[in-house]
Amino acid sequence: MPTPALDRELKKGSAELLVLSLVEDRQRHGYEICKLIESRSAGALRFNVASLYPMLYRMEKRGWIQGRWVDKAGQRRRRYYRLTASGRKVLRAQRTHWQSFVAAINQIAGIENA
Amino acid sequence: MPDFKTEVRERLSRLNLEPTREAAIVEEMAQHLEQRFEELVARGMGRATACDTVLKELKEGTRLEKELLQVERQVRVEPAEPAAPGLGSTLAHLQKDLRHAMRSLRLNPAFSAIAILSLALGIGANTSIFQLLDAVRLRSLPVKDPQELALVRVSNSHGRSGNFRGNFPYFTYPIFERIRDQQQAFSGMVAWNSVGFNLASGGRSRNIRGMYVNGDFFNTLGILPVAGRVFSRNDDQRGCGLPGAVISYSFWQKEFGGKTSAIGSKIPVEGHPVEIMGVTPAEFYGVEVGRGYEVALPLCSEPAIDGESQVIDRVDGWWLAIMGRLKPGWTMARATAQLEAISPAIFKATLPARYQSEMAKQYLGWKMEAVPAASGLSNLRRTYEDPLWILLAIAGTVLLIACANLANLMFARANAREREIAVRLALGASRFRLVQQLMMESLLLSAVGAVSGILLAQVLTRILVSFLNTQFGSVVLDLGLDWRVLGFTAAIAILTCLLFGLAPAIKATATPPIVAMKAGSRGVTAGRQRFGLRRALVVVQVAMSMVLLVGAFLFVRSFQNLVNLNAGFRQTGMLVAEFDFTQLNIPPGQRNQFKQQIVDRLSALPGVDSAAGVWIIPVSGSGWNDTVHTNTSGQEVREVSDFNRISPGFFKTTETPLIKGRDFGPEDRLGSPAVAIVNESFVRKFIKDKDPLGSTFRVDEGAGVPESVYQVIGVVGDTKYRDLREDFNSIVYVPLAQDKKPDAGVPVLLRSSLSVDSLTSAVEHSMGEVNPSIGINFSVLRTQIRDTLQRERLMASLSGFFGFLAGLLATIGLYGVISYMVARRRNEIGIRMALGADRTRVLALIMREAAILLAIGLAIGAGLSLASTRAAASLLFGLKPHDPATMALAAVSLTAVAVAASYFPAFRAARIHPTEALREE
Repeated sequence: MPTPALDRELKKGSAELLVLSLVEDRQRHGYEICKLIESRSAGALRFNVASLYPMLYRMEKRGWIQGRWVDKAGQRRRRYYRLTASGRKVLRAQRTHWQSFVAAINQIAGIENA
Repeated sequence: MPDFKTEVRERLSRLNLEPTREAAIVEEMAQHLEQRFEELVARGMGRATACDTVLKELKEGTRLEKELLQVERQVRVEPAEPAAPGLGSTLAHLQKDLRHAMRSLRLNPAFSAIAILSLALGIGANTSIFQLLDAVRLRSLPVKDPQELALVRVSNSHGRSGNFRGNFPYFTYPIFERIRDQQQAFSGMVAWNSVGFNLASGGRSRNIRGMYVNGDFFNTLGILPVAGRVFSRNDDQRGCGLPGAVISYSFWQKEFGGKTSAIGSKIPVEGHPVEIMGVTPAEFYGVEVGRGYEVALPLCSEPAIDGESQVIDRVDGWWLAIMGRLKPGWTMARATAQLEAISPAIFKATLPARYQSEMAKQYLGWKMEAVPAASGLSNLRRTYEDPLWILLAIAGTVLLIACANLANLMFARANAREREIAVRLALGASRFRLVQQLMMESLLLSAVGAVSGILLAQVLTRILVSFLNTQFGSVVLDLGLDWRVLGFTAAIAILTCLLFGLAPAIKATATPPIVAMKAGSRGVTAGRQRFGLRRALVVVQVAMSMVLLVGAFLFVRSFQNLVNLNAGFRQTGMLVAEFDFTQLNIPPGQRNQFKQQIVDRLSALPGVDSAAGVWIIPVSGSGWNDTVHTNTSGQEVREVSDFNRISPGFFKTTETPLIKGRDFGPEDRLGSPAVAIVNESFVRKFIKDKDPLGSTFRVDEGAGVPESVYQVIGVVGDTKYRDLREDFNSIVYVPLAQDKKPDAGVPVLLRSSLSVDSLTSAVEHSMGEVNPSIGINFSVLRTQIRDTLQRERLMASLSGFFGFLAGLLATIGLYGVISYMVARRRNEIGIRMALGADRTRVLALIMREAAILLAIGLAIGAGLSLASTRAAASLLFGLKPHDPATMALAAVSLTAVAVAASYFPAFRAARIHPTEALREE
């Protein structure tokens, strides 16, 4: 179990990559994103309201994701986010960056890939 | 479900976010919290515990606020970053405002359409008239350096006598020669005379616009030929005969298809073949604005064309206008001084021997001067400059009225957006920026209106010009768009934008936001302050419409007066046929007989009621006058009278009443006693109480020549002589047959009920049998007389149209304001009716409002009319500018339309159901 401090560090660095990759294939709303991160990391990474939305808004201002209100029949309107063209570029760059970073760590720390 | 929205809002309250942004964040985050809450409850957690958990997640330290603040602050800061501050942000704002304005106008198509249409019409009309004014008055001649040109004229000329030809008969040829040789101020001189040339050789004439010009004419003006060559000094030597002609570009295109083979070919000018030397460029139309030219001959060719009636050597033959190009360094003042210095010698050398001592003294005292002539000379200008300025003022007033309507519309729109504007003001938007944004709409409307107006003006100007054409030829004007016209349009576009946009914009942002937001849906629009301004606008509209209507009625009645004027003879049903038999070379001694033969032949034509020969065609602008001397009952009278030469049957043809005595007959010919028929004015002026029949009078024949003596054998009714507008002058009629120096031509008046075409072909056929080389020029007398009234027709038509337009606009304005007032006071009206007021009283209440506005407007309008119509006094006939009947007519008309305009809203008000009105809030 990662320590809280490490947890925070990892989260900070990877959070944006996580969000971008989650909206790569389809648009999602904030709660959905939050749940997916938790489920796909088997609980290792967890966001809540106070940490998720400022990040979403920051990424939206930067133009990496675009949010819009969607009305579905019989439901309240929800805000969905999707990946923009520049967001796609950023995602590609960050993925590459992460891959090389992880490879470097492996190299140095001698972690064998599963 | 706990209220998470409030919780979130509380967390965000310190951030002072923009309301819409805050609301969106609150909604989104609250949804998240609700879902989280439901998830926890679904998992089995108790509701209270779940709620606490969710709220704990929300309130983790101050993280939420800190993070959001960072993000949102970035949001607020970001827009200011791009480019340099100042220009960059201003441009960005302008772009945004423009897009916003376009969208706003697109969403209100009805309003936009009305606004743009009103502006296009108003701006278009103004631009059109200004374009015409520019072409007629302001534009320079299409020559090299027109500002260097100076017109030479006599500053103190009074009476002259002699033979006058052309539009600007300022000088004689002998005077011109001496000026040319003795002047020092000019590097080149320009002398010309405008004349008509007949290109037909016998039969119906084909008249074109010609001019005689001196040899240096084209060179001084810097006109280079597009084909062949132009005149030089060598081509203009006395006794030259017919060396050649220079033709205009349009004539070259029309007659020769623009082929270079035209150079060297010959055209028959007044029956004489003349070789074409060259062609002038397309933009050169001569030096008289409004009149083009087609064929130019050198001055020295005048004797060859005019033969016996040549004027070139006559010291009393007035036909030339003279200009000069100032030498470098010479000013108008210096040129004037030099011309003054050479004046005495020139006039001494050219003094006509005929002049009596009084006139001679005046002639010798003449002084010449030089005045700027960059815009040439123009008959058109003389006639139409004042009317055009007046029309421009009228069109400007109509535009103002339209602007008042637009301003009212803009006020109404501003009302609808009150809350939006108030909210923005409350959020910190600067008032200046808001006004800027509102003005952008007005600016956009004005811009589109101005562009449409310019396009519309091109059509309107062509229509205006068609008003100026006569049966003798169309007006030739350079109507291209120059910087003056475009600048004028831009200026009035900006002015109208400010007029109808600024006040509503300022007023809209003047309401304290809190007041606007608190009030109900009708808001502060009910403010007395704003409504007062709208009422003032309507009063102004009514006043200006009154002025325009008065003007319109004055001009229309003036025109009617002229058209229905009794000229003393019957104007309709007469054809004028001018015969030229120079080619027949009939000796002078036989000409009078020949003329009578023509008249007799034409009288005998079937369908011709009567015919008569004449010298001066009635109301044609030409005239002949001489000094008459009588001595009756001891009183000596020496005055000028008009004269005319006529054949027997003239009074029958023109249907002028013969009051006493007899008409001329075959016994009145050369060798018989000199007789005359006079009109009533002559009797009043010269003969007074004595019996006119048998009395005699004398006519001045010049210094050193004995006076002629005439005996009066008849008295006829008064007729107009030169122009319909002048008073009835004294006229002396003398027989054609007693003409001592007859020329080789005669105009004949024919009265007939045949159609013009049948009559002209009958005449042509008949004269063709006598001799086909006789030239004939036809014109309908009534049309010719009507053409002299063109100016009045122009003023009547256009001022009538504008007056009608103004009345219409004022009606719409009044209707709008009254409707609005009724809507505003629905509540009050409902209450009144509930309390017992019947429909008539409600009707009266509304109509009274309208009546007050109308009355104030009419009063102001009447005052303005009295002040402004004075300017048009010279254009009126048979009326004074203060004509009370006209003002009453205008007031009544406006009242009628105002009543109609306010009746409908008043009627609607009276039909208000009290309970409905009260229910409405």
